[in-house]
Amino acid sequence: MSLHPILVALRKHKAGVVLIALQIALTLAIVCNAVFIIYSRIEKVNRPTGINETNLLLVEQQWVSASNGDSAAGIQQFDSLLRNDLDTLTRLPDVESVAPINSIPLLNSSWTGGIALKPGPGLSDKNNVHTAYYFGDEHMVDTLGVHIVAGRNFTSAEINNKGMRDQSEPNLVIVTQDLAKKLFPKDSAVGKVVYLDGSNTPSTIIGIVERMQIPAVGWGDNFTWYSTLVPTRVNAIFSRYIVRTRPGRLDSVRRSIVPALYNANPMRVLDDDDAVRSFTDIRENAYRADVGMAVLMGVVCLILLAVTAAGIVGLTSFWVGQRHRQIGVRRALGARKIDILHYFQLENLMIAGGGAVIGIGLALGLNRWLMSSFEMQRMPLYYVLAGLVVVMVLGQLAVFVPARRASNVPPVVATRSV
Amino acid sequence: MLGYYVDLAIRSLKRSPGLTLLMILAVGFGVAASMTTYSVFRAVSGDPIPWKSSQLYVPQIEMWGPKGHGGDGDNGDPPDAMDYTDAIALMRDHRAKYQSAMYMISPSLVPAQAGKHPINVGGHAVYNEFFPMTDAPFQYGSGWSAAEDEQRAAVAVISDKINQKLFGGANSVGKTINVDSKDYRVVGVLKPWNPQPRFYDVSNTGGFTTNDEDLFIPFLRGIDVGMANSGNTNCVETPTQSGFKGLQESSCIWMSYMVQLDDASAAKAYKSYLDGYAQEQQHAGRFSWAPNNRLRNLPQWLDAEHVVPTDTEISLLVAIGLLVVCLVNTAGLLLAKFLRRSNEIGVRRALGAPRAAIYAQFLVEAAMVGFSGGVLGLLLTGIGIHSVSWVLPKDIASLARLDRPLLLLTLLVAVVATVLAGVYPTFRAARVQPAWQLKSN
Repeated sequence: MSLHPILVALRKHKAGVVLIALQIALTLAIVCNAVFIIYSRIEKVNRPTGINETNLLLVEQQWVSASNGDSAAGIQQFDSLLRNDLDTLTRLPDVESVAPINSIPLLNSSWTGGIALKPGPGLSDKNNVHTAYYFGDEHMVDTLGVHIVAGRNFTSAEINNKGMRDQSEPNLVIVTQDLAKKLFPKDSAVGKVVYLDGSNTPSTIIGIVERMQIPAVGWGDNFTWYSTLVPTRVNAIFSRYIVRTRPGRLDSVRRSIVPALYNANPMRVLDDDDAVRSFTDIRENAYRADVGMAVLMGVVCLILLAVTAAGIVGLTSFWVGQRHRQIGVRRALGARKIDILHYFQLENLMIAGGGAVIGIGLALGLNRWLMSSFEMQRMPLYYVLAGLVVVMVLGQLAVFVPARRASNVPPVVATRSV
Repeated sequence: MLGYYVDLAIRSLKRSPGLTLLMILAVGFGVAASMTTYSVFRAVSGDPIPWKSSQLYVPQIEMWGPKGHGGDGDNGDPPDAMDYTDAIALMRDHRAKYQSAMYMISPSLVPAQAGKHPINVGGHAVYNEFFPMTDAPFQYGSGWSAAEDEQRAAVAVISDKINQKLFGGANSVGKTINVDSKDYRVVGVLKPWNPQPRFYDVSNTGGFTTNDEDLFIPFLRGIDVGMANSGNTNCVETPTQSGFKGLQESSCIWMSYMVQLDDASAAKAYKSYLDGYAQEQQHAGRFSWAPNNRLRNLPQWLDAEHVVPTDTEISLLVAIGLLVVCLVNTAGLLLAKFLRRSNEIGVRRALGAPRAAIYAQFLVEAAMVGFSGGVLGLLLTGIGIHSVSWVLPKDIASLARLDRPLLLLTLLVAVVATVLAGVYPTFRAARVQPAWQLKSN
């Protein structure tokens, strides 16, 4: 079919054509970027933390005490309270293992620092690799369910305790595989010495865990997988414990924890709602904003595509009505139904194509602008190409109904005057 | 004449119900999406204390020097919180009308009644001038005095919520509460007060927070009894000594600082005082760099701290984009609808109707589509605002609400936008040549 008659006809409806093309261009630009936002959020939300996330509970509590845990006596007092709690929790039915810990992945309560190959001060030094610390005992690795891929776990004899604001550094650490590779790209990190937070105390890496995310949510993207495990019970006025339950017993254990802890020592604060949380809840809470953003963008995309499709249906219907007579004439002169159908489909393809070309430019421009204003990532080109296909297909689907109505115009219309 | 045009518009809209419905739906959804995201944006970008935000300032001092710079997103600004040494020095100099250093606390509170479990409370250790500076509303009593600050008095201001919990809402001024196993005398009870963003301590709360402010105690009292900070601590060097004492002697930052300066000249004087202070520190050898201070008023400070979440801004922009597409769509459909009636226009013009009459007739029709779309949009905005609590973080979702200004704005945006979308189609309709139309039939 020749394009010439279509082009001539389009010139008669410049305004309508421009409006549809503009609408398609804007739709393409917004949908591409929105879908890109949705995919990057889904990718972020779906990444595993590296710990075994099922059957895991986090307990948070605070003791009532006049001491802030800075004096040696205060530290030892808090340590014995903490060990009592560990004992209480371990003896609960259906509990597999328990460990003290300062934070867990996605909790957004972090203790971060720098890890370097040389001793000496300067946390902001370029030789430092940013890391997040997990303080716990020999049960921490098993309770979290992280896998040691090289070296070994801490033994109970290697566990010490210190006050929260005690600046001393540990002799032994376990690091994640990513952090080990960053520090020692060439050979195994096991047995190597590192220095934490610019101190002069050498810390020996004794083990490497496969993967463990840092607690940070919404920041710390430059060290997401650089976790360091430290064999120290941290003593402060508050404490956190992780509890791994037998499969399927999570809820019953969750209910038994608060009464058991009050029973062991009533002079403490356990929040009504948040004292015991499952890891599933913590994950959901951490990614709530990301999931919400993805849902919002999804709703916007759906409305956009629906409105654009409806607009095409509406305007094409109008054109079909306007050209009723001309269609009749063409049919009378021998055009088949399929020719009429193709005419409108081809017309739409040209308008949508024109709009899409502008849309590609707008989509890339919008992405550049979002990158500079909102620290968004660069959108890969295939999002734009996929968006292109989507709007073209959408246009064809939308135009089908009015185009078919046009193809059903009988040739006899040509002989009627009105 | 207007009544006649409304009648004509209704007839015309009834004639093609499908097209009419399409336009109303487009306007409705477009307006609802933008108004829903706008309600969230409005909630997070609002001024928490509009009557005096331009008089409240946050000083920033360069106490880290070059060590604090060079990271990602470094813009040359000094740290956004205060270390103990500088906060105490600024408090001692007392150069502003009101000023307060403050840090976050999270002690336990033991109810006097037997059998009740201890509770955890959030709050701040502040100076007495904090209360007049932030206009914290008192239900009973008042803040404490400057003398009580100096004496490290065991006094406390509690929230309405804690007063309800411990004293059943009665006037508890003069009563005693047990904070971290020590007795404090209640001197004031606040009315329900939950400013969002938490403007006086953005660096510890990040702006929006679901945590309650239940307890205020004198700053120096908190330091004296060793009530440690529960907010953020940032260091570029490891403190040389352990403990809360070691933190006070370190260059680590963990405090917020706010001052009230009533006019521009006071602000200027305070800025030059800050620079003078930094110069003094440089001469004394504590700082080995030139002064690099900032003194931002509250709106500038909230902006510099990026209190409005990026996601909220992006959502609003995307939703406005959606509204634009909906309007382009409506413009196209109105064009089709108006030009379909070229005959009618031709007849009206031939019978003597001026162009202005055609303009009036079709803009009224566009406005009616806009109004109907606005009513639908209002309904959808209501649904949207109720649903954001499902998808947004709690601290932000709870702030979005549908009130009368938003209601009116929704209708106004719908009508104005649709009329604007109708301008070009109307222009085309008014240009219809009567003779040509009459002849062709």
